[in-house]
Amino acid sequence: MNAISRRRLIKSGVAATVGVAGLAAASRIARRYGLIPPDGSGIYGPGETLTYAAQRLMTRHSLAREFPRSMISEKPFGNPVAPPSDAFKRLQATGFADWRLTVDGMVTHPTAFSLADLKTLPTHSQITEVVCEEGWSYVAEWIGTPLSNLLNEVGVLPQARYVVYNSIEPDWWESVDMADALHPQTFLTMGMNNGDLPVAFGGPLRLRVPRQLGYKSVKYITHITVTDSLKRFGKGLGSASPEAGYSWYAGI
Amino acid sequence: MVIAFLALLITGGEIIISHPRFYWGETGNSGTTPLFRIPIPASRDSVPTGYGYQLPDQNGWSRYLHFEAAWVLVLTGLIYVVAGLLNAHFRRDLLPPPGERNWRAVRAVLQRYRRRAPPDAKDNHAYNVVQRLSYLAVIFGLFPLVIWTGLALSPAFDSAVPAAVNLLGGRQSARTLHFFVTDLLVAFLVVHITMIALAGFWKRTAAMFTGREAASSKTKGAERR
Repeated sequence: MNAISRRRLIKSGVAATVGVAGLAAASRIARRYGLIPPDGSGIYGPGETLTYAAQRLMTRHSLAREFPRSMISEKPFGNPVAPPSDAFKRLQATGFADWRLTVDGMVTHPTAFSLADLKTLPTHSQITEVVCEEGWSYVAEWIGTPLSNLLNEVGVLPQARYVVYNSIEPDWWESVDMADALHPQTFLTMGMNNGDLPVAFGGPLRLRVPRQLGYKSVKYITHITVTDSLKRFGKGLGSASPEAGYSWYAGI
Repeated sequence: MVIAFLALLITGGEIIISHPRFYWGETGNSGTTPLFRIPIPASRDSVPTGYGYQLPDQNGWSRYLHFEAAWVLVLTGLIYVVAGLLNAHFRRDLLPPPGERNWRAVRAVLQRYRRRAPPDAKDNHAYNVVQRLSYLAVIFGLFPLVIWTGLALSPAFDSAVPAAVNLLGGRQSARTLHFFVTDLLVAFLVVHITMIALAGFWKRTAAMFTGREAASSKTKGAERR
């Protein structure tokens, strides 16, 4: 076993020390520039952090692919959801006239918007793909207003780092960082394929985040909170997904 | 690297179980016709499989581990490729020597395998032309392809590099190709392990880690590596 000479041992030792010091420095830099995801600890933390940091450096402004009208799926697939709660059914009975989207947290004017209020914001449409983590997908036209328009209305404080959004249905909430929250394709969606957004696809109000997997596009949105830290929300892992074993950042 | 590959294989299988149907083109889901499906039950009730029950859902941790193992494989793979280029390992040990870059040399090796003839003396310490070509195809063909088809499944990566998925014919084509390339890698692994077993598993595996052969096995002096 004289294959491992003293020189080689010293060299390996130096390399390992430099490696550990480099990792420590990298983690400090990553923290400073917000490149560590809220679920970036534990055994899968290093992989999640590498993925999120790489994507944030590479895809801060890039646009999800948009498709021609001819590629809209004839059979979009509405992932089955649990039967609606009584709260949802009450609002549905009056045609969602009393549906409210409450926006609070680190904003200068906390506001509750009705669907009619939201429709006064500039309306845009995008033809993008819904990609489920299971593997299937479909393309649809989504009509609504970029979330950034709403955030401009309420005035986001400069220290804001994340936007948390909740469904009317219990334990269904997600969050995105400001890069995704202010992204022009992140839509408060109220219409689909030239009609109202069907309940099966998240109507009356769904937040579409087309650069991430479908589970980030929460259905039946009623509450948005702007925050500088995700620690106080749920178990502090960023959203309901990591609590159920799925990664917070779903752009992969 | 081997552990990362096996982790990717197992978790990849678990991810497929959540939707064991494959499509071609951009889109595909339970409402459209699949290219083919794997005849197993799924772990989700939204997938029509013909079975009346579901397998346990292991998708969450499988996805976490799949992507972490992918990082390990890609980073160690990069070190391996850069080192192999710098120390001329690929040129010296894997590129077929000038005289053997033809079908005749390939056929000669295959015939020896078929006759179960003992290997040439020189093959004890160097790869034959079939081995060399297979290893080159795996290192510079299948591995880059499996990484490419995998990256093409990331919606965020596709937003930065749309060609990654468009060149493959769409998202569902990329997923199907990712599955096929993985199958080829598994086929290589099975043949590779079988050949090593035939050649003496412990002797070859020990040689792989230490870079030299056990003293008792060979009396030849001129070792190449």
